[in-house]
Amino acid sequence: MNRITKKQALTLLKSADLLGLGQMADNSRKKLHPDGTVTFIIDRNINYTNVCINKCKFCAFYRDKDDPDAYVLGKRKLFNKIKETIALGGTQILIQGGLHPELDINYYVELLKTIKDKFPIHIHGFSPPEVCYMADKAKLSIKKTLQILNEAGLDSIPGGGAEILSDRIREKISPNKIGKDRWLEVMEQAHRIGMKTTATMMFGSVEGPEDIIEHLDAIRRLQDRTNGFTAFIPWSFQPGNTELSQKSEKNSKSKTQDSEANSSLVPRHPSLLPATAVDYLRVLALSRVYLDNVPNLQASWVTQGLKMAQVALRFGANDFGSTMIEENVVASAGVKYRVSIQDIINAIKAAGFQPAQRDMCYNIIKSDL
Amino acid sequence: MSLKKIENKVLSEKRLTTEDALALFESEDIFTIGRLANIIAERKNGKNAYFIQNHHINPTNICVNRCKFCAFSRSRGDKGAYELSIREIIKKLRSQKTENRKQTPPQPPLSRGEVYPSPVTRHLSLPFREVHIVGGLHPDRRFDFYIEMLKRIRKALPHIHIKAFTAVEVDYFSKISGLPPSETLRELKNAGLDSMPGGGAEIFDSRVRNRICPEKVSGKKWLEVMEAAHKAGIKTNATMLYGHLESLKHRVEHMLKLRELQDRTGGFQAFIPLAFHPMNTKLSQKSEVRSQKSKPSTLNPCGYTSGIDDLKTIAISRLFLDNFQHIKAYWIMLGEKIAQLALKFGADDMDGTIIEEKITHSAGALSGNALTKAQLTNLIEKAGKVPVERDSFYRPVRY
Ligand code: SF4
Ligand code: SF4
Repeated sequence: MNRITKKQALTLLKSADLLGLGQMADNSRKKLHPDGTVTFIIDRNINYTNVCINKCKFCAFYRDKDDPDAYVLGKRKLFNKIKETIALGGTQILIQGGLHPELDINYYVELLKTIKDKFPIHIHGFSPPEVCYMADKAKLSIKKTLQILNEAGLDSIPGGGAEILSDRIREKISPNKIGKDRWLEVMEQAHRIGMKTTATMMFGSVEGPEDIIEHLDAIRRLQDRTNGFTAFIPWSFQPGNTELSQKSEKNSKSKTQDSEANSSLVPRHPSLLPATAVDYLRVLALSRVYLDNVPNLQASWVTQGLKMAQVALRFGANDFGSTMIEENVVASAGVKYRVSIQDIINAIKAAGFQPAQRDMCYNIIKSDL
Repeated sequence: MSLKKIENKVLSEKRLTTEDALALFESEDIFTIGRLANIIAERKNGKNAYFIQNHHINPTNICVNRCKFCAFSRSRGDKGAYELSIREIIKKLRSQKTENRKQTPPQPPLSRGEVYPSPVTRHLSLPFREVHIVGGLHPDRRFDFYIEMLKRIRKALPHIHIKAFTAVEVDYFSKISGLPPSETLRELKNAGLDSMPGGGAEIFDSRVRNRICPEKVSGKKWLEVMEAAHKAGIKTNATMLYGHLESLKHRVEHMLKLRELQDRTGGFQAFIPLAFHPMNTKLSQKSEVRSQKSKPSTLNPCGYTSGIDDLKTIAISRLFLDNFQHIKAYWIMLGEKIAQLALKFGADDMDGTIIEEKITHSAGALSGNALTKAQLTNLIEKAGKVPVERDSFYRPVRY
């Protein structure tokens, strides 16, 4: 089968008819996942600290160390969260946080070890900006840092902090954050030592179609070499209308974003109109068509809503991502409701698919749902 | 099943049968269905996607009917029951500020029936040009009250188009006034009623209807009232509430009845499929209803309908209702995301920059309360359509 080229992808992204592109993506999805299974994972997003030195523009999550609402999560709280997760049938925790100036690699190693001692749980954690920060502070190579973390119990790495892998755009929205090359290097090194990772893309800020293609191409090329990405997760920041971004309580703001997409990374250009449903499906479908070597594509129900996530299943997606045990309160126009695991199962069925619970490596844990 | 035969019919502008519509509902090929629906939409309305600046008023939520799916209604004395006086209604309408738009001197009032020249170039002195009034069936208010309400709104806001009262309300008025529906409608029209919304149609099938809204007028009666309205020169819309206990066949039959009436009268302007909203309604509280899992998976009894089902229903209505000029994606019910996508699946109308909406939000609608004109325009343009602000009769409006 012939791969589509960058140039073809750009034409598709810019001018293909949405339904035509959707059909292409739907066909690709069917080839990769012919049995109509749509997976999800039961896990919990734990943000261990909101203190961060990066201060990305538009990030609503970070605090200075001395801010009254700055926090570092205590062990007791952390353990309780993990216990609850396991009790709910969860198999994984996603640990992410800001770049805290006073936490060093020993802190993380200790953290990972105690968790692994106590709980039989998969630890998916530390996106590339965090890994790089740890490495820099400890004056270790990225590879060494990853090995240390891996030995201490870190199982896999989330693809957050990628935003758009184009330095032109990163300069604008997150100038202090690691660049494209380092992000890719963390992922490459992780894959080389046998750790699986995901990859995300956050679009709908100031990027153009070329930047999106550059991002997809970087992922595809690395995947050709390492085959370490399990899934790709594109999402768009939705200022006004994702129920989730409207929460006014400062603290909870970032926790409500897509877990894999590193909740804290929320650049937003004030003069921009948000990416719409049509834009989202277009990028999603193109991702399915372009990333022929990445097996799974996640629909972001947290940012798009359940109905859109259902539609996304016909535009290339085959996975519903996390059930978001903690952050599952969806607020909409004053109405708040919980999206339960059962709601997710029902939504998948109503869209005409077979729901199945999976782990991080996409092994099916439970399929008779 | 291949949709080839249906595709040929659509391309050669032949009418679809109920079997065709059912085959479409049963097909999983949403891409072909959407593409065909879009062809029809463009044949009828070009690339236009319409919206209107309107204001919703729900004068009361007290209702004698208490339909099972209705999260809005209350009985008298219930917590949250309310009723607005005519003064309060007018005050609400008047209190809306104009967006930064040039004020023009007041226009001479139009006499009833007179319409603005098309395209309408008048400036608005209020941020809306249509008021949409529907409410509960109030046990005490008399017919005179509604006549008075229309007259006073007409007097207070002479340029505002009054779209008011579903067929259910009109039938109720006819009961409380002792007048036949045609008389009732004439009186309403004389008092200032310009057109009617399409609510209360729900699903015509009598068995399903008896389960979801036993107190409500029958489907037959609803159609009779609409026919009388059309004969009295009152344009109306038509709706269908889906995603509760009905089967796909019931949906098709419902649309067939509308198509037949439209053949006779031509009085329907738009068809508006309404996705059932489960929150806070008696239907979703009833576990017996909830546990009905024997239905095909595209139907989602008493949960939210799937986004895929919403888009298919829009598209199939566009294909089947060949004598309807417009299909409306009512964003307040669908959510603005699905409503935007609906423009790719045959819809040509997004309804409006609704200023107040109580009914759907009582049932946990997923959308916000209002969209600004800039937001609506952006949604439409990103869907590859041309935003056209319209008046109540779908004439383009310019400033
Ligand atoms: S986006 Fe992440 S790295 Fe940037 S300031 Fe926020 S928490 Fe820190
Ligand atoms: S749907 Fe209409 S008629 Fe039925 S209870 Fe609600 S307000 Fe009353």
